[in-house]
Amino acid sequence: MWRDLPLFPPEASTYAAREDALFFYLVAVSVVFVLLIFSLVAFFAIRYRRRAPDERPRPTREPLALEIAWSVIPLGLMVIMFVWGAHLFFYASNPPAGAIEISVVGKQWMWKFQHPEGPREIDELHVPVGVPIRLTMTSEDVIHSFFVPAFRIKRDVVPGRYVTAWFQATKTGAYHLFCSQYCGTGHASMTGQVIVMNPVDYERWLRGGASSVSQTAAGELLFQRLGCSSCHKADNTGRGPSLAGVFGRPVQLTTGQTVTADESYLREHILTPGQQVVAGYPRIMPTFKGLISEDQLLQIIAYLKSLTGSEGAQAKQ
Amino acid sequence: MNEITVERRQNYLNVSYTLKSWLLTTDHKRIALLYLFSITLFFFIGAVFAGVMRLNLLTPQGDLVRAETYDTLFTMHGLTMIFFFLIPSIPGVLGNFLIPMMIGARDVAFPRLNLASWYIFMLGGLFTLTAAATGGVDTGWTFYTPYSSIYSNSNVVLTVTGIFIVGFSSILTGLNFMVTIHKMRAPGMTWFRLPLFIWSLYATSLIFILGTPVLAISLVLIGLERLFHLGIFDPRLGGDPILFQHLFWFYSHPAVYVMILPGMGVVSELIPCFSRKRIFGYHFVAFSSLSIAVIGFLVWGHHMFVSGQSVYAGMAFSALSFLVAVPSAIKVFNWTATLYRGSIAFSTPMLYAFGFIGLFTIGGLTGLFLATLGVDIHVHDTYFVIAHFHYIMVGSAVMGFLGGIHFWWPKITGRLYPEGWGRLAALIIFLGFNLTFFPQFILGYLGMPRRYHMYPPEFQALNVLSTAGASILGVGYLLPLAYLLWSLWYGKAAGANPWGATGLEWQTPSPPPTENFEVVPVVTEEPYAYSTMEAGVVREHIHQRAPV
Repeated sequence: MWRDLPLFPPEASTYAAREDALFFYLVAVSVVFVLLIFSLVAFFAIRYRRRAPDERPRPTREPLALEIAWSVIPLGLMVIMFVWGAHLFFYASNPPAGAIEISVVGKQWMWKFQHPEGPREIDELHVPVGVPIRLTMTSEDVIHSFFVPAFRIKRDVVPGRYVTAWFQATKTGAYHLFCSQYCGTGHASMTGQVIVMNPVDYERWLRGGASSVSQTAAGELLFQRLGCSSCHKADNTGRGPSLAGVFGRPVQLTTGQTVTADESYLREHILTPGQQVVAGYPRIMPTFKGLISEDQLLQIIAYLKSLTGSEGAQAKQ
Repeated sequence: MNEITVERRQNYLNVSYTLKSWLLTTDHKRIALLYLFSITLFFFIGAVFAGVMRLNLLTPQGDLVRAETYDTLFTMHGLTMIFFFLIPSIPGVLGNFLIPMMIGARDVAFPRLNLASWYIFMLGGLFTLTAAATGGVDTGWTFYTPYSSIYSNSNVVLTVTGIFIVGFSSILTGLNFMVTIHKMRAPGMTWFRLPLFIWSLYATSLIFILGTPVLAISLVLIGLERLFHLGIFDPRLGGDPILFQHLFWFYSHPAVYVMILPGMGVVSELIPCFSRKRIFGYHFVAFSSLSIAVIGFLVWGHHMFVSGQSVYAGMAFSALSFLVAVPSAIKVFNWTATLYRGSIAFSTPMLYAFGFIGLFTIGGLTGLFLATLGVDIHVHDTYFVIAHFHYIMVGSAVMGFLGGIHFWWPKITGRLYPEGWGRLAALIIFLGFNLTFFPQFILGYLGMPRRYHMYPPEFQALNVLSTAGASILGVGYLLPLAYLLWSLWYGKAAGANPWGATGLEWQTPSPPPTENFEVVPVVTEEPYAYSTMEAGVVREHIHQRAPV
């Protein structure tokens, strides 16, 4: 037990290195202030200890400059913490373009993953080293939290909405995956591993997987089976708008609002279509709530994301 | 030594001995003792929950208790310690005892309401303890939805009812204190002649009155959703689970200041007394209490940086959280500066004050890690957070409470406790505390999540250290219980002012008469006028031996 006493976690992502730098700045500031306060208290307490029972020290001056100094200096140091921390937070919140998109569904008490090429995993996530990975996550029941200490990333996985996180691993190896938001009896066993592999090994792993249907193809199949394709025709002749190239495009609603068709919008629209109707179309789409699982929703959305505008145009021809 | 014996003179303790005279008392001093008795009980119940948890965490597999039991333990530990010990600790006991005495009043503004507060407190405690005894509740003290409102199979409604009820005790106590401080001050007791303990309890009362109703509302909503499936927080019915977190933390972050502000007030009394010096920067310390109370209402979102709130909301909450750290820093610097060129006695209460400054400094600085957006992503919901808030809520708040209890014990009981034992206990608590909670900072940065009843084996060594510390801490907490009780019968008579302290409460006999002062005092000088105090007033019971 005592031989295995780690004091610092492995640093295995681009974010981890940046976060540790800020962490050490905070540690440095803290150590300086702890030493300052502790030594001042100890020094004063010993230097000015009571030597006679009837001692009566005279009051000291209370210069305003001192009060200002010990308010402004800490504030200045904290401004650095704030700006640096906010800068990192933006880095952590904005995945770079070209990331591999992986779907994550949390449920009591397991993590389900699906790769774009099709393979699914439970409590284990294989990723290539050196490539940004973007996670689109949701929960089937309560709030969970996706936490990989070696990557220094954490994101609450909330039912009823999509949240995203991203990371780019820098070292191969197996790292802890924890659920860090209390989710019930099995909370402590809702753990797993993120396995970071060489890109070549990753490719081999992907091909060796049992499921050969890609996430997009599975989504396309669902799109037809659930009847979506009968209204949302590629050539825009159906009762609903064509969905070719819809992803990431601004959409005008009947309310006059314009929203961007991101994952969350598409999800909302499939589950509660009456809420946000696209301008120029009747309110006729039925709800798919209860007919479709979180995994299937993610597949359909992956399919919709794959429909670029040019493909739609080709379909028209 | 002044040979006034406790028994001869009539005081608030010996005026009547019947149980009825205690249970129907409207004397703020007796109500303070009712609180002292009840919160001590709750403290040891809460400590037992913590002890079982620490024992369970000795092994990575969590061999001692099942996951269900462990979940109940940490929930009941949090609820008991926060709502039934920390929040009422200093306000209920020392606030009730001292506010009227410090401002020269005969009682609080509404004595019967004061008694009602205690009964409401006990009723709430009864509900929550019943919930605990009939299977407990497993949601964590934070009651996050939709787990608490739909998925949990435990006694959520009963527990939430108990917390809802106990909130009214806080609200009424806060109201009582504010009116008392505004309307009942003795002639000459202007706002800037108030002891800083009063300022800190004024700020605390402000939070009680403004924050507690919001907690009550959110708990009612949980109850309604559980019973009637209203769909306020349930996403399947169009509700928003994050909304609950906003409502909950809107109260529960200021509640942290409810736990720490009174402790700061105590320390602001102890340091001048045992340095025999006016507090450095009185106005800065007083106004820092108020600014903590006000800014404290605007920082709740720092509990939700990774919960899915917008990046820009996160930035605003991060900035405000740094801002609320400034008044805390001001206090620490002013306390330290008060020691400069003082006459410092290493009496037990002062040792607690030193402990408070040290642990609060560490607790406050590690709070900055959590306010920093980029770092919070990693340490949020890990043992780093556990360590941080225990440094504030146990390290600082309990140190402040114990320091205050020791300081005013001679006033409350008329007896002195054995000084040697007092110092020993303070030292043991300080060491035990650090051994318990410092390893948890490292555990947290390594990534051990909170609320885990088992963990990967590489975390074991640090957990064993923490459990070892907890057992030392346990001994440290039992010692004062033993020697303070002993002193009730065998302690030396204290006399009116054993510490040579300023402040009106020390101008009246110990224990005080029921009406506190025979003549309403008239205040003519600033607080902490230690340098102008006549040397003859000081009676030394404890002869200090200079250390080193």
